Amino acid sequence: MPFSSILQFIVSGVTVGATYGLTALGFTMIYNTTGIINFAQGEFVMLGGMLAVFSMKWGGLPLPVAVPLSVLLVTAVGVGVDRLTIRPMRGRPTVSLVIVTIGVAILLRGGAMLLFGKDTHSLPPFSEGPAIPIGGAALLPQSIWVLGITLAVLVAMKLFFDRTITGKAMLACACDRKAASLMGINVDVMVTVSFAFSALVGALGGVILAPITLTAYDVGILLGLKGFAACILGGLGNPFGAVAGGLIIGVLESLGAGFLSSGYKDAIAFVILLALLFLRPSGLFGKASADRV
Amino acid sequence: MKGMKLFSAALLGGALLFGGVAIASEPIKIGAIFSVTGPAAFLGEPERNTAKMLEEEINKAGGLLGRKIEVVVYDDESDPTKAVTAVDRLIKKDKVVAIIGPSTTGSTLAIASKVEEAKVPLVSCAAAIDIVLPVRKFVFKTPQSDLLAVKHIYRHAKKNGISKVAILTASDAFGSAGRKELKELAGKSEMTIVSDEVFGPKDTDMNAQLTKIKGTGAQAIICWGTNPGPAVIARNRKQLGITMPLYMSHGVASNKFIELAGKENAEGIVLPAGRLVVDEQVAANHPQKKLLTSYVKDYETRFKVPVSSFGGYSWDALSLVAQAIRAGKSAESAAIRDSLEKTKGYVGTTGEFTFTPADHNGLTEEAFVMVKITKGGWEMLK
Repeated sequence: MPFSSILQFIVSGVTVGATYGLTALGFTMIYNTTGIINFAQGEFVMLGGMLAVFSMKWGGLPLPVAVPLSVLLVTAVGVGVDRLTIRPMRGRPTVSLVIVTIGVAILLRGGAMLLFGKDTHSLPPFSEGPAIPIGGAALLPQSIWVLGITLAVLVAMKLFFDRTITGKAMLACACDRKAASLMGINVDVMVTVSFAFSALVGALGGVILAPITLTAYDVGILLGLKGFAACILGGLGNPFGAVAGGLIIGVLESLGAGFLSSGYKDAIAFVILLALLFLRPSGLFGKASADRV
Repeated sequence: MKGMKLFSAALLGGALLFGGVAIASEPIKIGAIFSVTGPAAFLGEPERNTAKMLEEEINKAGGLLGRKIEVVVYDDESDPTKAVTAVDRLIKKDKVVAIIGPSTTGSTLAIASKVEEAKVPLVSCAAAIDIVLPVRKFVFKTPQSDLLAVKHIYRHAKKNGISKVAILTASDAFGSAGRKELKELAGKSEMTIVSDEVFGPKDTDMNAQLTKIKGTGAQAIICWGTNPGPAVIARNRKQLGITMPLYMSHGVASNKFIELAGKENAEGIVLPAGRLVVDEQVAANHPQKKLLTSYVKDYETRFKVPVSSFGGYSWDALSLVAQAIRAGKSAESAAIRDSLEKTKGYVGTTGEFTFTPADHNGLTEEAFVMVKITKGGWEMLK
């Protein structure tokens, strides 16, 4: 197999992997403040892409307006999800909350289906231009957008959790809600903020991905699943691990399809995931113990 | 006495009159199972729309045998299990005389034994040849078989000096059925398959498969799947700068495909398709011409969306059943089946149907034409 082919597998794998990583970042955000896995995360990604498509189609807005608008709208949806479904359930066991998020996912997916229809849609790329050749492989300008935005979000998030008092307060909420509220942290606000952020990150993933992979009302299921797998692989709760996990799964899928068989693409990635978890149950970058602050 | 006589005459007349009305107003119930929601909604939605539109048309024209028809539609949500529940309801509760659909091969195969047992004729809108091979007494289908599509593609390729092809098929029922036919017919058509790749129907990136194919010396790629996978392949092919010709299956023969792939990425793709997508280019004296033009016009003015071949499958299914009821002068299930099997040269949107006891699809290669995507439109190849 020529080197250029291998390079191409890696380039495509990294691009797709970056979006798994962004979805995983969304999971991490909410997990870090509430300790719950938000299974509606994939739906935030779907909404990001779909709202951008339809604000162009129905609202006649240009792409540079449609994209931020869609991200803002999804952020508002994230806040709504928290206020309407999570907050009234405060104090219930984590499992109940996780099930609520599954319900929210079904609701959002169904709503999008009724509102936007069942067709697949495409979004124009952010910048025009042919693929850039590197060492025989082709790199799309949109891939650079995907990688750049993922990196920027990751850095911003890392700084937020490590350097700001709000970030630390959010981490404290996950660690011990009661203690956090005794220390004067408004837990409710922190949870709302985490939902807003994770919806924002998810929507960003959705809009930057839509020009490459097309979008439809039901893309959230698979992206959510892969993003969750990326989270587990990287170590739940670790933003850096989440993105790394996404990239690893993306590249493994691509290499698996290239070298072994494209029919077993998903299986290959998940078999490796299982094997890794067997060796390191807390994920690649997760700490073995339960406290993370 | 006289009064009594008058009374009984009135009673008799009334009974005749109202009894007669009661029978005439009892509609002929025809069941339909379509995947209106779920992943196969792109099939089920136009199929449901078409069936309802045709129901109205038939009733406006006076119905069948002096009775109205009623099409009872259930949505199987693209799930064969739900199709089984729906077929039970249609047969036992709604007591339909015939069933059209389901939209997918999986659902059709799941309910085939049910309709056989209940002796209710089924005209499926799903494509795979397994539905009518081996022949089941009560099961028919309207879409062209994959076999015919593969023959058309190989013939076109051979004419253009191609002998080594790479196949890239979806891992769903439609894709695997196409893959089987492509492999089986390759030898007979003097084609060598140098690369056999698969993609998931929901996959969003096919660069890996295409990169692999690029290095195998293939002269053309044949892709078998339904949207959105093939659209992603068309995009990735352009991005990777692959110039070898790309063939697609009839599964993408709708304007939606061009929209998803993007005009410039779809340019030059060749595929077999029913005449419905190129209705304007069909010769004026072609037997299907009149029907195609009126179906396209009716559908597009009513639903404000472009027509697809899939809606045509259900037009054919319902009108074949209607035609069988008319020809057999009976709306009993067994009579409809017998009458269906005698259908000869019936012109539908997909082609001319001639059913025989050994052939419950009834189409020939003639039902396909090769089309090429040029400047975002369809060009019929000679």
